Amino acid sequence: MSQIVVENLVKTFRVAERQAGTWGAVRGLVHRRYRTVHALNGISFALEAGELVGYIGPNGAGKSTTVKTLAGILVPDSGRCEVLGRVPWRERLAHVRHIGVVFGQRTQLWWDLPVIESFDLLRDIYRVPKADYARTREELIALLNLQPLLDVPVRQLSLGQRMRCDLAASLLHAPPLLFLDEPTIGLDAVSKLAVRDFVKRLNRERGVTVILTTHDMDDIEALCTRVILIGQGQILSDGTLEDLRGRVTRERWLIVDLVDADEPVCDPDADVLRREDHRVTLRFDPACVSSAALISRITARHAVRDLFVQNPPIEEIIARLYGDSYA
Amino acid sequence: MSAYMAILSARFRMLLQYRAAAFAGFATQLFWGLIRVMIFEAFYRSTTQPQPMQFSQVVTYVWLSQALLGMIPWNVDSEVRGMIRTGTVVYELARPLDLYALWYTRAIAQRSAPTVLRAIPMFIVAGLLLGMQPPPSPASAAAWVVATVGALLLSAALTTLMTLSLLWTISGEGIVRLMAALVTIFSGLVLPLPLFPNWAQPVLNFLPFRGIIDAPLRVYMGHIPPAQIGAVLAHQIGWTLALALLERALLARGTRRLVVQGG
Repeated sequence: MSQIVVENLVKTFRVAERQAGTWGAVRGLVHRRYRTVHALNGISFALEAGELVGYIGPNGAGKSTTVKTLAGILVPDSGRCEVLGRVPWRERLAHVRHIGVVFGQRTQLWWDLPVIESFDLLRDIYRVPKADYARTREELIALLNLQPLLDVPVRQLSLGQRMRCDLAASLLHAPPLLFLDEPTIGLDAVSKLAVRDFVKRLNRERGVTVILTTHDMDDIEALCTRVILIGQGQILSDGTLEDLRGRVTRERWLIVDLVDADEPVCDPDADVLRREDHRVTLRFDPACVSSAALISRITARHAVRDLFVQNPPIEEIIARLYGDSYA
Repeated sequence: MSAYMAILSARFRMLLQYRAAAFAGFATQLFWGLIRVMIFEAFYRSTTQPQPMQFSQVVTYVWLSQALLGMIPWNVDSEVRGMIRTGTVVYELARPLDLYALWYTRAIAQRSAPTVLRAIPMFIVAGLLLGMQPPPSPASAAAWVVATVGALLLSAALTTLMTLSLLWTISGEGIVRLMAALVTIFSGLVLPLPLFPNWAQPVLNFLPFRGIIDAPLRVYMGHIPPAQIGAVLAHQIGWTLALALLERALLARGTRRLVVQGG
C-alpha cells in the first residue's frame, strides 16, 4: 500500500494587494483589493515506502505548500490526501507523531537553549521512551558528528552546524517518513555533502521515505531515484531523472578542447552551443549521429587535446521545462 | 515529564535569565509606586468623607500591585509573534501538541517568570521600608495564594487571546494597546476598584479584569474575607474557561485560513 496518496489537491490563498506609495497605502485603508493565488492546482501522486523523491520547481510553484499540506500544517481547499492512512489536517496530532519535518530556512531548535536541551524537550514532546531515545540520539550524534555542538546554544551555531542539528531533531522520534524542505539552502559545499550523505544513508539503511524539495540539482542527481517537477501548482513531470531528460531532449554534449584557440569548428550533425577559447561545446542528437562517428570526424579534422561526452546538466533540462510551462 | 510541563519549565527557565530587564522593571515599578502613593496621600488628606478603604490599605494595595505588575496581560508572547512573522510557526503545528494548550502553557510561563523575578525584591523593599502590611491572618495569606494562582490562569487566558489575534493582524499592536488600556483601568491598577463610584461596581464585578489584580489584593489585605475565596476563584475560573472556549473556536478558524509567511 502506498504511504502517501494525493489526489487532485487544490489550495488557493487570498492575498491582500497593496498599491505602492503613500496614496496606495491610504486607499488600502478604505478599499482592499485581494488577489487569489492558486498555489496548488490539482496535484496528484502516490509514494511507496522507502522512496526518495525529489520535489522540484521554481520559486512559488507550490513545493512548500504541498509539503506543508502533507505535514498537516495547511488545510487544502479540495482534493484527497492520505499519509500513512491518515488525513493529515484532520488527524493532525496522530499524524505528526509519525513524520519528521525540516524547513531549511527555519530552525525547530530553541534559539536560546543548548542543542542537547532542545533534543530533550523534543523527547518530552513526542513522548519517546527513554531507552529508544537514548539509542536514537546516540546514533544521530555519531552519524551527524554532533558531539562538539551539543552544549552550544543554537543561536551560536553556523548554518551548516544548525542544519545537522535540525536533521537530528526531526528524527529523534524515529519517523518512517521525512519531509525536507530545502535542507541544503545556503549551505557550503562541505555541509551540503554531509547532509546529502546522511539523507542517503537514512533512506538506504533505515528505509525512511524522504520527500526532498530543493533548488540544488546536485542534490537531486546525488539522491533521488524519482523526480516530481511542479510549476504553477501543477505537476509537469513525474518519473526518474532519465525519464525527465528523455521527455525534454535526448541531446548529448561533446566537449572538445582544441590545440588552436581560434580554429572554427563545424559539423553537419552538430551545433556549436558555446565557445570559450580552446573549449567548444557541441550539441548533437545521438539518434542522428553516433558519438563514435562524431568524435572520429572531429579528431580527423582538428587538432584535439582532450574531449568528452556528457548529458546536458539537469539545470538546462529544468530551465527548458520551466520555460515551456511559462510560455 | 509531560510535554506541556517540559515546555513550561524550559520557557520559565529561559525567561528567568532576563536579569537586566527585571532590574529595570523593578526600578520603574518602585518609582511609579512612589508616585501613586503620593497621589493617594494627597487625596486622603483632602477628603472629608469616609472612604471604602483606609489609607494604609491603599498603600499596601499599591505596592502589591506594583510587585505583581508582570501578571498583567499587557503584551503578547514575543516568541510566538516572531514565529508568526517569519513563518517558523509551522514547527508549532508540526508537533503532536494541541496548539491551544501549547500557547496557553507559553502564556503561563510568560506571566509567571518575570513576576517572580520582580515581585520578590519588591516585597522585601516595600515590606521593610515603604509601609506594605503583611496579610492580617494566615487564612488571608493562604486565600491570597489561591487567588494569585487563579489570577495567573485568567491572565494567561487573556494573553493567549492577544497572541491568537496575531493570526489575523501579524503585528498585534492594536489589540495589545486596547487590552492594556482595559486592564489598567478595570483591574484596579490605576485606582483600587472599591474607590470607583457605586454605579460602576456591578460592571467592574462582572468584567474579568478584577480577577487579575483587585480581587487577589483585597483577599491579601483581608478586605475580602478568606471565607469568600470560593466566589473569587469561581469568577476567575469561570472567565478562564469562557475565554478558553472562545479561543479554541478562534484558533480553529485561524489555522484553517493560515498563510505561512515567507514561503
